Amino acid sequence: MSDHVSTVHTDEQSTTTAAAETRPDEDSISVTNGAEAVVTALENAGVEHLFGVQGGAIMPVYDALYAKQDLTHITMAHEQGAAHAADAYGQLTGEPGVCMATSGPGATNLTTGLADADMDSDPVIALTGQVPTDLVGHDAFQETDTVGVTRPVTKASYFADNAATVGDVVGEAYALAREGRPGPTLVDLPKDVTNGTTDSVPDGPTTPEYHEISETAAESAVKDAIQALSNARMPLILSGGGVIKGDASEELRTFAIEHQIPVVTTMPGIGSFPEDHELALEWAGMHGTGYANMAISHCDCLLAIGTRFDDRLTGGIETFAPEAEIIHVDIDPSEISKNVHADYPLIGDASCVLEQLRTAMDDAPAASQWRKQCQTWKEAYPMAYATPEDEPLKPQFVVEAMDELTPDDAIVTTGVGQHQMWAAQYWTYTEPNTWISSHGLGTMGYGLPAAIGAKVAAPDRDVVCFDGDGSLLMTIQELSVAVREGLDITVIVLNNEAVGMVRQWQDAFFDQRRMASEYQWVPDFATLAEAFGAKGFTVREYEAVPDTLEAAQAYDGPSVVDVFIDPEENVYPMVSSGGNNAEFALSEDQL
Amino acid sequence: MSRGLDGPHPEARDIPDGRRSPEGIRLDPQNGADHERHRTVISALVQHEPGVLSKVSGLVSRRQFNIESLTVGSTTNPETARITLVIEESQPGIRQVETQLKKLLPVISVRELGGDAVRRELVVLKVHGEEPDKVHAITEMYSGTILDAGPRTITVEITGDEQKIDDAIDAFAQFGIREIARTGQTALARGEVWTTDAEEERYERTQTNDSQ
Repeated sequence: MSDHVSTVHTDEQSTTTAAAETRPDEDSISVTNGAEAVVTALENAGVEHLFGVQGGAIMPVYDALYAKQDLTHITMAHEQGAAHAADAYGQLTGEPGVCMATSGPGATNLTTGLADADMDSDPVIALTGQVPTDLVGHDAFQETDTVGVTRPVTKASYFADNAATVGDVVGEAYALAREGRPGPTLVDLPKDVTNGTTDSVPDGPTTPEYHEISETAAESAVKDAIQALSNARMPLILSGGGVIKGDASEELRTFAIEHQIPVVTTMPGIGSFPEDHELALEWAGMHGTGYANMAISHCDCLLAIGTRFDDRLTGGIETFAPEAEIIHVDIDPSEISKNVHADYPLIGDASCVLEQLRTAMDDAPAASQWRKQCQTWKEAYPMAYATPEDEPLKPQFVVEAMDELTPDDAIVTTGVGQHQMWAAQYWTYTEPNTWISSHGLGTMGYGLPAAIGAKVAAPDRDVVCFDGDGSLLMTIQELSVAVREGLDITVIVLNNEAVGMVRQWQDAFFDQRRMASEYQWVPDFATLAEAFGAKGFTVREYEAVPDTLEAAQAYDGPSVVDVFIDPEENVYPMVSSGGNNAEFALSEDQL
Repeated sequence: MSRGLDGPHPEARDIPDGRRSPEGIRLDPQNGADHERHRTVISALVQHEPGVLSKVSGLVSRRQFNIESLTVGSTTNPETARITLVIEESQPGIRQVETQLKKLLPVISVRELGGDAVRRELVVLKVHGEEPDKVHAITEMYSGTILDAGPRTITVEITGDEQKIDDAIDAFAQFGIREIARTGQTALARGEVWTTDAEEERYERTQTNDSQ
């Protein structure tokens, strides 16, 4: 068999399509129905893993997976978990993560995960079952207008109405999910279409020809941008999630170091530049470092790459980088001047444009004073937290302790809330694709299913999920999947028995009226973990932290460490919503 | 409470005094960017397929674009349709409408038409029929057509630019307008200019094929 495969490969390399390379044995490919065409389209694309939940209308597709040795399906506990797992898998592999669900509640449960992927531009393809076409519109059992529901939160939602073309539609949806700015796509699959007879073998994944993405920016625009950057005295790079998705971290590092330009990142851009480098100012925005926010407020030229200038980054637009000319590199033209006016728009792929900039730029900007200034801010606004003896365990200490125990390429996933911010602030990220979180949508419960997707995508790397007690309770059922699949992940619950971020805002902006934010009681997460078949630990004291974390990490399988942290601890620095980034508060009395 | 980090109070910091406009444009005397709202016509060539209108209208409502009218109709190519949008937006807003539309999968090509574009709108109005001669005279005045005349109602059709339609409606008001239906504007670029890139490319392709 392997001889035959290599022969075919050699033959097909002359035809040079990506699809041909992933279809080793074309003669043997045949399909009998729509469902087999769907699965063949996935195989053509090189898919290896799928995350999903079975159900009535999607059964034909699952049946077509029955005999497939090359496709591994991971049965999730809930469809939202399937979408988040596929999302994390997609981020780490760079290829769309596949999630599957049945019609009706299956599809609506997926929707949160798709909206999350859409906001964070993560490549995901969703396949949903649908009632047979002759029942569509009749409010049939488990019927939902899935295309209608998901259209606003996907790059494209397709309704497949023909068994003969359904495979090609899946191929197009797959190609579109990863092309240009990645994002989620969905194909709704009526049961009569997947059961429908066809022998039409789908082609490899392709997008429509008129749907063009420009990889490189116009040379004249690059020249103008370079002139602005060379003349700057206070230049700054803002590295967004697009740098990681565009696989441009190496190019970014080279460019920044060559021209000695300080770098801040966005939250999704964490890891795109090593945080331990002297040019690194870490991440900017609402809970970003003081020095990053001072630099972004004072710079005179901002080279922003792969960012959409989210309001949590910019604070109030009126005061965002108010002295800076902005060079905006993005592959999506609709991001140019959407939120912040771009003086120099460069539309193209992050790595291609960075290469263009590197080639075109001769002189580094004269910015030694500026670099000194950035250093001064680093010293003035340290991220040093206190650990008073009369206060309970500080969460920051737990994050730092786990960072010390794990290799540089360990993957951190999080839920949403205070724990997410501490995990972002106190872990030192030095490599791309080590930080997997829910940014734009802010989906509590993202962390555990994302850790599952991450571990499946990168089985040889350590995966640590920081979660809050509130966040974890939203998707804790996925622990059963981690146990069933034998996934060695470590979940660390920074437990303050509250929805801490809400509690923090109530204290700051609602006169300390803690409505529905303190739980009064939460489950014993260690016991709960054991009930799921995972390993449970509980920590209350500083002394126990290193050893317990080490034991959890050493355990071969999923483990949960329930860490009782100071319930009154808040996240700082903090820029108030819509406020001036330079006016971040370092403590409550500065708000 | 001791919780929090150490460092200077915001009031003790050097805070830059520059500002941006709500559109994110740096306020700088030399930066004369136009962000007044004005009315313009956007033409989009789209795949003629179910759901395309709902995709476009969903985008418009989701992004809060200010839209005056939206029309859709087939073209000489059975696979494509033309959508004409009249919008009232600032210059950055117009760019957003164009670039966001272009991202929709069934949208093939988008262009903002110049001020000299040929624009037309059609109105069908039904007035009370007590004074048929006068209705006839006003219809003539606006180069319209009487579509239906009965003892109680007369229905007329007028086409023209937006101003003309507005004027005609005012003129017919004296008879008492019972019902009215306006199509919204549809438009083409003037003269030899193509309305969208895709049509220009398609035309050039067919010319090349013909000459071979």
